[in-house]
Amino acid sequence: MAKTLPKVDVVVVGVGWGGGIISSELTKAGLKVVGLEKGKPRTTADYFMSHDELRYSQRYESMADMANGRTVTFRHDMKKRALPYREWGSFLIGEGLGGSGMHWNGQTYRFLPEDFQLKSEIIKKYGEKKMPEGMQVEDWGITWDEIEPYFEKWEAMAGVSGEQDPHPAAVKRKKDYPNPPMKETPVTKMFKEAATKLGYHPYHMPSSNLSQQYTNPDGIARAACQYCAFCERFGCEFGAKADPVVTVIPVAQKTGNFELRTYSQVTRILHKDGKASGVLYVDLKTGEEFIQEADVVVVTTYVIENTRLLLLSKLGVPYDPTTGKGVVGRNYTYQVYLGNAYGFFDDKEFNLYAGAGALGAQIDDFNGLRFDHSDLNFLHGATIHITQLGDRPILNNHVPEGTPAWGEDFKKQSLKYANSTLVIKAQGASLPFRDNYLDLDPTYKDAVGDPLLRMTFNWKEQDRALSKFMGEKAAEIMKAMGANKVNQGGKNVKDYDIRNYQSTHMNGGTTMGNDPSMSVVNPWLQMWDAENVFVVGAGNFQHNSGYNPTATVAALAYRAAEGILKYREKGGSLV
Amino acid sequence: MSEKDKAVSNPSRRNFVKTGAALAGTAIVGGIVGNLIGGKQVVEKETEKVVEQSVQYTSAMMFFTDPNDLKVIEAAAERIYPETEEGPGAKALGVAYYIDHQLAGAWGNNVKEYHVGPFYETEAVPEQGYQTRMKRNEVFVSGIELLRNEAQSRYQKKFDELAKEEQIAILQDVEADKVKLHGTAPASYFFRLLKQATIEGVYADPMYGGNKDMQGWKMKKYPGANTSQYAKVVDQDKFVEIQPESLNKHMM
Ligand SMILES: Cc1cc2nc3c(=O)[nH]c(=O)nc-3n(C[C@H](O)[C@H](O)[C@H](O)COP(=O)(O)OP(=O)(O)OC[C@H]3O[C@@H](n4cnc5c(N)ncnc54)[C@H](O)[C@@H]3O)c2cc1C
Ligand code: SF4
Repeated sequence: MAKTLPKVDVVVVGVGWGGGIISSELTKAGLKVVGLEKGKPRTTADYFMSHDELRYSQRYESMADMANGRTVTFRHDMKKRALPYREWGSFLIGEGLGGSGMHWNGQTYRFLPEDFQLKSEIIKKYGEKKMPEGMQVEDWGITWDEIEPYFEKWEAMAGVSGEQDPHPAAVKRKKDYPNPPMKETPVTKMFKEAATKLGYHPYHMPSSNLSQQYTNPDGIARAACQYCAFCERFGCEFGAKADPVVTVIPVAQKTGNFELRTYSQVTRILHKDGKASGVLYVDLKTGEEFIQEADVVVVTTYVIENTRLLLLSKLGVPYDPTTGKGVVGRNYTYQVYLGNAYGFFDDKEFNLYAGAGALGAQIDDFNGLRFDHSDLNFLHGATIHITQLGDRPILNNHVPEGTPAWGEDFKKQSLKYANSTLVIKAQGASLPFRDNYLDLDPTYKDAVGDPLLRMTFNWKEQDRALSKFMGEKAAEIMKAMGANKVNQGGKNVKDYDIRNYQSTHMNGGTTMGNDPSMSVVNPWLQMWDAENVFVVGAGNFQHNSGYNPTATVAALAYRAAEGILKYREKGGSLV
Repeated sequence: MSEKDKAVSNPSRRNFVKTGAALAGTAIVGGIVGNLIGGKQVVEKETEKVVEQSVQYTSAMMFFTDPNDLKVIEAAAERIYPETEEGPGAKALGVAYYIDHQLAGAWGNNVKEYHVGPFYETEAVPEQGYQTRMKRNEVFVSGIELLRNEAQSRYQKKFDELAKEEQIAILQDVEADKVKLHGTAPASYFFRLLKQATIEGVYADPMYGGNKDMQGWKMKKYPGANTSQYAKVVDQDKFVEIQPESLNKHMM
């Protein structure tokens, strides 16, 4: 029998970026919050052995332990049998305090204004017919003016380092980024020169790796980035990377209103008649079950688990792709990261061992609806960027096309170009389709006996055409940069391949909107079907833009925190 | 002395830790620098130690039981990453021991993975990822058996006694699934693991048993765990060669 614990104001399920932000905002406002985190606790002292490529990057030290069933099953279409995602590949799921915010890169973007009204904007510009059969883009129920202040709040908290996007269609920032952009390196400079020559509008990648020492509005001071290059997949021992562990979580803890319980896996949201009473969780170290009662339940366990928890708890109507009815699991999207160009420079060597998770330059000329799609067979677009993440030697062994994949020639070429290969990638939007969705798997279970989430997903013509177009653009810039040889990617995209790392930018399943028939939460991230449950994360996205997700996740988290405070005051639906 | 030989001097990480600590002095939470101030990592004196050619204690077997198995892996890894004029190959770098150690541990036993049935090996498409019930170390055992049998039937010799070209011909067939592995994994899966593990053994920190004397890193002009100069060199036009350091240095 589960032991029932005294009721608190709010229980937050999952303490990564979303859970951390909401906990910090609510505890500052005086609410008593319990944070339940299934993984281990962390401080920066745990990042002491960070410079170990094998352990963190190849063996996924910071990622969830799949053996406990923290994974999904996957198939390309509804007719096939889904099989488990048995080892990390296409995407990585973080676990433990800070979630994936502990080991993310820090590439930090506001989505575009048109992203929040994508359906309306597409119809306005091209008419309904432009959307292919099965595509189900939606408006998000929130306008740019409504969300912009939350972006500002997040950027100030994280200390984002960046500059105004110079594209004529870009929204003029009301306030500069809190910190100047990161360093200009020979790599970013060459990219910008080439892009400018081609008539594009390059600028520095906005970064949550601090360009200088910074103290945020909460009084948190952090040191500047050391360009140590152990960033993506690693914790930052300098605290230079915005990480919930060094920002929002200590702020929540300092209020005295936050109680964190680690190794605590929530298995159900308990509810009756449209209201939750709390959550059921298991202490993974003792096996004991507890019920934590609360006035408000906040679900911030990342996309996969947010959807799974709702389905397991029978909260919200599950999506059915055959009828198109139901919402939980609807509009799963990803990131189309397949258009790219690898450039090999015969007589230039760069200091490529150095870099940072969000050191780069880019153009946004082909993102959103900024360019004309009339003669193209895809919608939305991609940002095209060069990054200097630091080329760690196991992961980076690039060779020109035609070189064998192993043996003498492979060795020679991979050594020759070890510090002479530059990479331009297009980070493409991912738009929702009727038969790309999430539900519960009928066969495979996790360690406590609950079904895994099942992912049904494949690329569509939209994605293939986008990849090809963007690969061409990337190659055009790479050639203008003077590369002697260029490998162009994205020409021939077939089926989605879960083996190869692409990005951890999964979206949908718990989407937001104004219409309960196509969204799980309203524009305050409050569930339509349970007024005291707030579900927050990239699962709220109705589609994915050509940007990394976290700034938009964070903006929604700040909005949800405000919504929860409103709800505490007046109760009922906030819309 | 060439430009490149005048490598950036090699201040230890703890020097950075000291300067970093000053920066983070006002921090509520300052990153590890703050945490290290009271810890034993900050020491005032650094005694120069003479590095002697010491015994390679890691060169013994944890997973394989028969040294002949290790020899087959060593020969195969050497074909994937051979000795060239650029420097040593897998064999001299200790890659076989690296692989042996990995097969004994979490990776070889698929410990942190979802290794739960039912397994649908024949129904799966490659894009769904590996679906075999075999653990990685079992795949290696079958892989070695395959290389040995192919060497025997084609050339009546041991795999590690074959000429380079003969070894390459067999490995190419393994890579292309032209031969079959005993078990439920395709031969190409074994090859993929072998290649991955070989590259790791060349470039992973020497504490794992390969990358002997950091020679893998040196061939790439890669500084290993020694990142203390990066903020200074990242924006320089000239290529700066930095002496590599292993993680062991962090512990001193
Ligand atoms: C390698 C990598 C690089 C990335 N780089 C970038 C980038 O450059 N820019 C960008 O914008 N985004 C990036 N991301 C994505 C970014 O990390 C996520 O968008 C962000 O962390 C999402 O925040 P979240 O709170 O939704 O989830 P998380 O931060 O993952 O937090 C979820 C938390 O919930 C916990 N949890 C899960 N299930 C349960 C349960 N049942 N009970 C209790 N707790 C549970 C987890 O352990 C975890 O701590 C990257 C991700 C990865 C993996
Ligand atoms: S690159 Fe910068 S932000 Fe990233 S881990 Fe290193 S010091 Fe921290």
